[in-house]
Amino acid sequence: MNVSTGMTHRTTVQEGKYLAAFDSFQRNGAVGDPEWIHQLREAAIARFNVLGFPVARRGNEEWKYTDIRPIAATNFQPATGSAQLTLPPPDVDRLTFGNPGWSRIVFVDGVYSQELSALTSLPAGVSVVSLAQALVTHGDMIKQHMARYAPYESEAFTALNTAFAHDGALVQIADGAIAEEPVHLLFLTTGRQQDTVTYPRVLILTGKDSKATVIESYGSLDEGRYFTNAVTEVRMGSGSVLNYYKVQRQSQQAFHVSNTNVSNASGASFNSVNLDLGGGLVRNNLNVLMGEEGCSCVLNGLYLLNGTQHVDNQVIIDHTSSYTTASELYKGILDGKSHSVFHGSIIVRKGIQKVNANQVDKNLLLSDQAEADTKPAFWIYSDDVKCGHGAACGQMDENALFYLKSRGMDDKLARRVLTRAFATQVIDSIGNGAFRAAVGQIVENKLEEWLEAGESR
Amino acid sequence: MLEVIDLHASIGDVPILKGVNLRVNAGEVHAIMGPNGSGKSTLAYVLAGHPSYKATSGRALFEGQNLLAMLPENRARAGLFLSFQHPVEVPGVRFDEFMRAGFNALRKSRGVPEMGVLDFNKHLASKLGIVGMDATFTRRYVNEGFSGGEKKRGEILQMAILDPKLAILDETDSGLDVDALREVAQGINKLRRADNAILLVTHYQRILSYVTPDVVHVLIGGRIVKSGGKEMALEIETEGYDKYEDMAKALRAGA
Repeated sequence: MNVSTGMTHRTTVQEGKYLAAFDSFQRNGAVGDPEWIHQLREAAIARFNVLGFPVARRGNEEWKYTDIRPIAATNFQPATGSAQLTLPPPDVDRLTFGNPGWSRIVFVDGVYSQELSALTSLPAGVSVVSLAQALVTHGDMIKQHMARYAPYESEAFTALNTAFAHDGALVQIADGAIAEEPVHLLFLTTGRQQDTVTYPRVLILTGKDSKATVIESYGSLDEGRYFTNAVTEVRMGSGSVLNYYKVQRQSQQAFHVSNTNVSNASGASFNSVNLDLGGGLVRNNLNVLMGEEGCSCVLNGLYLLNGTQHVDNQVIIDHTSSYTTASELYKGILDGKSHSVFHGSIIVRKGIQKVNANQVDKNLLLSDQAEADTKPAFWIYSDDVKCGHGAACGQMDENALFYLKSRGMDDKLARRVLTRAFATQVIDSIGNGAFRAAVGQIVENKLEEWLEAGESR
Repeated sequence: MLEVIDLHASIGDVPILKGVNLRVNAGEVHAIMGPNGSGKSTLAYVLAGHPSYKATSGRALFEGQNLLAMLPENRARAGLFLSFQHPVEVPGVRFDEFMRAGFNALRKSRGVPEMGVLDFNKHLASKLGIVGMDATFTRRYVNEGFSGGEKKRGEILQMAILDPKLAILDETDSGLDVDALREVAQGINKLRRADNAILLVTHYQRILSYVTPDVVHVLIGGRIVKSGGKEMALEIETEGYDKYEDMAKALRAGA
């Protein structure tokens, strides 16, 4: 565990710039926000000042395989004036998925865009509003939840996001509401200003026995360099089902750090699929608290990397209640000199019974210069637990290749078929058919592009 | 159709086949019998072109073509088929799509237009009865979660779809209960024609009571020690391989 204290951290020049930006933000950027959030931000920036960026390369287990010094060393500035930008609808349409009729809330460089959003025909019982607006209209309700599930005390990026938390989405699913259609939260970065930082903040509250699907996606219009530091908090209602699909397809130069913290509830099911299809340096922390009896989660992920992309998925499932079930399946396809990290921790607390936990991470390496690091960690303090894990990392299976060739397929076709098939298991776990098909197409196009490029090398 | 002349083959540096001679004509069913480790599967794999099995000397001619110089996919396109002893699981690829990809790869290589999904599915549906298979089965991922019997039926279904000139069936009877064995064997019989041939590799005689061979070969220590008629299989069933092991020893001593 990484233990930081105020005694050892000295604020760097770059961190000092965040502190200066914070002063300006508190004075000018969010003056209309309720007093409690000003206090929360002050506490969070103070904590960030103590924690600093986790740049240490020794004794820093949580960041062992991911060097975030490039983030710490860049002078990122909050984006300005983006809300006034008018974007041609086709630019936005190519970043949406599935049915064009689905409701969506769109943010441009971190700021809510009413013009690009489509919130007039939300599924019954589903409410989606801009967080900046909701802070004014529903401030007291948000106060009950914000920063409660994503603690800023121990995680520097969460602290930084909380310090600048202003806009993003508030999603509420009413008790008993069954919404078949997904709602799409789209965060797009224009990349029109160099080295900008945005702090998307999402709060999802699901009502008792409700069922809904939320797509949270990050895309960009240009291949610029920028930093997205996102925090999503999910509070599950008892007996509810939430299908949560996070899609990151930012620029190959982009820095993307996300913290998704879920508080699960009795009899509820949180099902996530995390798709990393872009980004330069990416770190996703997914923390699920299995805090009430009978809750379950299915956490799946797929990452497709090439070039020098680096994607790190840290998943922590903390079983603090009995009769809880969790399963994880993460798969990666790596080409070029890319690097992936999967660090899955499963914690089962003392005295907790009947826990079922399963974790699998598999990587297919298309290039001998790509690297995949997998690190499962189990912290089991109870006997009444069924745990399993599997990890695999390697080139294409020779026996499978031969099987396909023995049916007449040539090497090129056989490799294509098997590469696509490797991703299919995760894509199949997407419940919504139209979204599953859309993701399947994106993945297929991407692999096709790589394989074409690889064959012409 | 197939002529194997003094074939030697190795896995890595270990020699397994030590001079196999075999001639299979159109319309014939040949059984290759032998105890475990005799080289039966090696013969099947080396003919199909598995990269782990290397032919070190000798020849194999398939319709006059030098089989050993051909890529595995080109052997399939020329009309050779291997039914695997352990069919490979390919999660993520549907069985019907897998068969269509192979079917169209063969057509393409022969200059025949590829078949579309709908036409292929009709074609596939017309073949299901050969092995008593349900259509829902073909929409599952290739061999994933299939029982032993389902895997073997799947292999014979592929044989029916790809319609090879020469089918090598490697231990197609292993892992099957009596009912599944009968059904699979009946499927094989339905695919027997005057213009194709089957090389049946097996440890036991039992499949041969359904699929009657024209010739039985006993393979021991990487050599065919005796060839004969179908009655030889029954003899092995009652007497075992001991007699042939002795013959193999004599052969080794002689060599």
